[in-house]
Amino acid sequence: MSSTSIVLPDQQTATMPKRSYLNSSYGLKSWLLTLDHKRIAILYLITTVFFFMIGGTAAALIRLNLLTPGGELMSADTYNKVFSIHGLIMVFFFLVPIAPAVLGNFCIPLMIGAKDVAFPRLNLTSWYLFVAGGLLELYTIIWGGIDTGWTFTTPLSTHYVNTHVISGAMGIFVAGFSSILTGLNFIVTIHRLRAPGMTWFRLPLFIWSYYATSIIFVLATPVIAIALALVMLERFTGIGVFDPAKGGDPLLFQHLFWFYSHPAVYVMILPGMGVMSEVVACFSRKRVFGYTAVGFSSVAIAVFSFFVWAHHMFIMGISNYSALVFSLMTMLVAVPSAIKIFNWSSTLYKGSISFDTPILYAFSFIGLFTIGGLTGVFLAALGMNIHLTETYFIVAHFHYVMVGGMVSAVMAGLHFWWPKITGRMYPEMLGRLAASILFIGFNLTFFPQFILGYMGMPRRYHAYPPEFQILNVLSTAGASVLAIGYILPGIYLLWSLKYGKIAGSNPWRAPGLEWQVQSPPLEENFIETPVVDFEAYDFEWLAKHENEVQTVG
Amino acid sequence: MDSQVIATQPTSAHGEHGHSPHLRHHFATVAQQREAASFGMWLFLLTEIMFFGGMFTAYLIYRNWYYPAFVAGSHWMIMWAGTLNTTVLICSSFTMAMGVYSAEMRNRKALLRYLFITLCFGIVFLGIKAYEWHDEWEHHHVPGLNFSINDFTHVDQRYPQDKPLAPDMAEKTQAYFSLYFMLTGVHALHMLVGVSILVVLLFHAWRGAYTTGHMTTIENFGLYWHFVDIVWIFLFPLLYLISRHQ
Repeated sequence: MSSTSIVLPDQQTATMPKRSYLNSSYGLKSWLLTLDHKRIAILYLITTVFFFMIGGTAAALIRLNLLTPGGELMSADTYNKVFSIHGLIMVFFFLVPIAPAVLGNFCIPLMIGAKDVAFPRLNLTSWYLFVAGGLLELYTIIWGGIDTGWTFTTPLSTHYVNTHVISGAMGIFVAGFSSILTGLNFIVTIHRLRAPGMTWFRLPLFIWSYYATSIIFVLATPVIAIALALVMLERFTGIGVFDPAKGGDPLLFQHLFWFYSHPAVYVMILPGMGVMSEVVACFSRKRVFGYTAVGFSSVAIAVFSFFVWAHHMFIMGISNYSALVFSLMTMLVAVPSAIKIFNWSSTLYKGSISFDTPILYAFSFIGLFTIGGLTGVFLAALGMNIHLTETYFIVAHFHYVMVGGMVSAVMAGLHFWWPKITGRMYPEMLGRLAASILFIGFNLTFFPQFILGYMGMPRRYHAYPPEFQILNVLSTAGASVLAIGYILPGIYLLWSLKYGKIAGSNPWRAPGLEWQVQSPPLEENFIETPVVDFEAYDFEWLAKHENEVQTVG
Repeated sequence: MDSQVIATQPTSAHGEHGHSPHLRHHFATVAQQREAASFGMWLFLLTEIMFFGGMFTAYLIYRNWYYPAFVAGSHWMIMWAGTLNTTVLICSSFTMAMGVYSAEMRNRKALLRYLFITLCFGIVFLGIKAYEWHDEWEHHHVPGLNFSINDFTHVDQRYPQDKPLAPDMAEKTQAYFSLYFMLTGVHALHMLVGVSILVVLLFHAWRGAYTTGHMTTIENFGLYWHFVDIVWIFLFPLLYLISRHQ
C-alpha cells in the first residue's frame, strides 16, 4: 500500500504543452473578460497578494511602533487607523478570499472532472465585486482611514469616530457579495457538475472542506451585509437600530456581526484543512486515514460554527446561562478539529514521507494550528476568558490559527499546485528554506504575545508599560524574519514563471484528477468527460496508469 | 486523444444534446444545466432569507422589549394602503405564475400579457409604498431625519382607548420606525430590482425568447418574484397588524 517510495519523474523529459489555458488567447482583454475558472483564479491571486502587501505593510508599522513602550513612531490616532487597516484588509481582502477564490476556483472543477464552475459569468462578476469592494477600501485608506478596528463596534462606529466608516463598511458589503456568489457557485458546481462515477465519497477531501466553506459563505455572509448596512444607515441618516437612545441595542450589532464573523473565521481555516488533506496524502503516499471522518468533520466544523458566536461576547453582558451554553459549544469545536489533526498524523505514520516544500508547510500547519486550537479551548473556558480576552493572548491565538494555520496551508497549496497552475517548478531548495524561515519567524513573532497577553498587555493600544518591552522587541524581531519568509517565495515564484524547470503533468505523482491532465491544463480542462472508476487517494490505481496523460500538441 | 487515463468509457450524453443552442459548453446536458440554474436560484433565495433574517431578529427582540411603542407606531400605518398592497402583490404572484405557465406552453402572447400585468402590479405596489412613506415623512415619523415623539405622547383621536406613551417609551417608537423603514425599504429595493428585470424579460420575450423550450430564466425569475412577495406577506402582519387581534 504505502511501500512505494516517492521517486519524482524525470523533469528533463517533460515539455510544455503547445496549447493551454495560459496561451489560448492573449491580451489584457482576454484576461479581464475571461470566463475560465483558472484565469479567474489567477486574477484573484494577483489581487489578494496585492492586498496582502498592504495589510503586511500595516502589520510592519504596528510592530515597529511597538518596539518602544512609548509608541514613538506614530500618534495614537494613526496607530488606531493602522491596526484597523491591517485587520480589515487581512480578514476581508486576503484571508477570506485567498483560499476559496484562488485555490478553490482553480482546483474544484479540475478535481471533480468538470469543464468549469456552474456559473462562469457569475464567477467573473464576483471577482469584479471583489475589486470594487477593494477599491472602496483603498479609497477609505487613502482619504483618511478608518479607526474602528475590523469589528465596526457600535456605538463607536456609528456615533463617536470621525473617520471614513461608511466607505469602509461599503467596501466590506460589496466584497461580501463576492463571497456569497463564490460560495453559491461552488455548492452548485459540487452538486451538479461532478464527472460520471465521481460519487461524494470519491471526492478528494479538499472538495469536502470547500463545500463546508461554501455553506458558511452562503448562510453567514448575508447577515454581516445587513448588519453593516444598518451601521452605515445609522451613521448616515440616524436610524436607531443600534442606538440605545432610540430604543436600539449595541449588543444586537455584536450578535449580528459575530453571527457572520465567527463562521467567517472558519472560512479562514477550513479551506486550509482541505489543502492539508491533499498534501499530507500525496507526500506520505497513503490514502488519508479515516477519509469519512475527515470529510464529515469539515461539515461538523461548518455546522458548529453557527452556534458559537457569543463566545466573542462573554464580557459584554450576555446572560450567564447563554455564556455557559456557548462555552460548551465552543469546546465542542475542538472535537472535529482534533479528528483532522489526529487523522493527518495517522496518515503520516508509516507513510513514505518525502520532505518537499508543501509538506514542510503542512508540518508547520499541524504544529501551529494545534497550538492555536488548544489556546482556543483556554479562551472558551469562561473564567479564563475574562482574564485573557482583549489582551495579546487573543491576538496570538488567532494569529496562530489564521497565519500559522491558514497562511501555511495556503503556501503549501500554492507550492503544491504551482506546477499545475504555471507548468513550471519553483526552486525546491529555496522553497524549503522559505518554509523553515516562515516557521521560525512566525513562532518568534507570536509566541511572546501569548506571554504578553497572559501578563495583561491589552490589544489595540499604541503604548505599553516598559516591563513588556523585551517580549515586544522579540516579537518585532520575529516579524522581520517572518517578512523574509513571505518575500522570498514571492521572488522565487515570480522567477520560476520564466526560469523554473518544466514540471510535466504530474510532478508529485499525485492521484487526484487534476494531476491526470497536462500542466498547465487546457482551457476546457478535459478533452473528454472523464469517467471516474477509482477512489480518492488511490496510489495503486495511479501506479497502473502512470505516464498516461491527455496532452494537446 | 486515445490515451485517456480517466475516460475509460466514452460518455454518450454529450453527443445527443450537443447541438442545443442554449446549452453552455461546460454542461453535459440541458437537464443538468437547468437543474444547476434552479439549484443556484434556490441557494440565492436562501442567502436572501438570511439577509432579511437579521432584521427580523432585531424586530423580534425590540417588539418584545417595547411592545407598547410598537403598537403605537403601527397605529400610524395606513391600513387601506397596506391591505391594497398585499392584494396587489398576491395578484402579481398569480400573474407571474401564469407567465411561467405560458412560457411552458410556448405561448408568446400570453407570456407577454402576463409579464406586462405583473410589471404593472409591481409599479402600483411601489407607487402606493411611496405614498405611504411620504405620509410618514409628513407626520415626522422618520427616525434620524425627521422625527418627533409628539404623536405618541398624546392620545390619538382614532384610537381613544390607547393610553399616551411615557416620553421614554415614546422614544422607543424610533426602533419600530427604523425597522419599518429598513424592512420595507429593503423589500422595495428588491421590488425595484424585480421590476427592472421584468422590463428586460419583457423585451426578450417580445423577441421570442423563453417560448422555444428554454425557459429557465423565466422560471428562476418567478422564484425570485414569489420570494419577494412572501417577504411582504410576513411584513404586513408584523408591521401593520400588531395589535389587531385584541
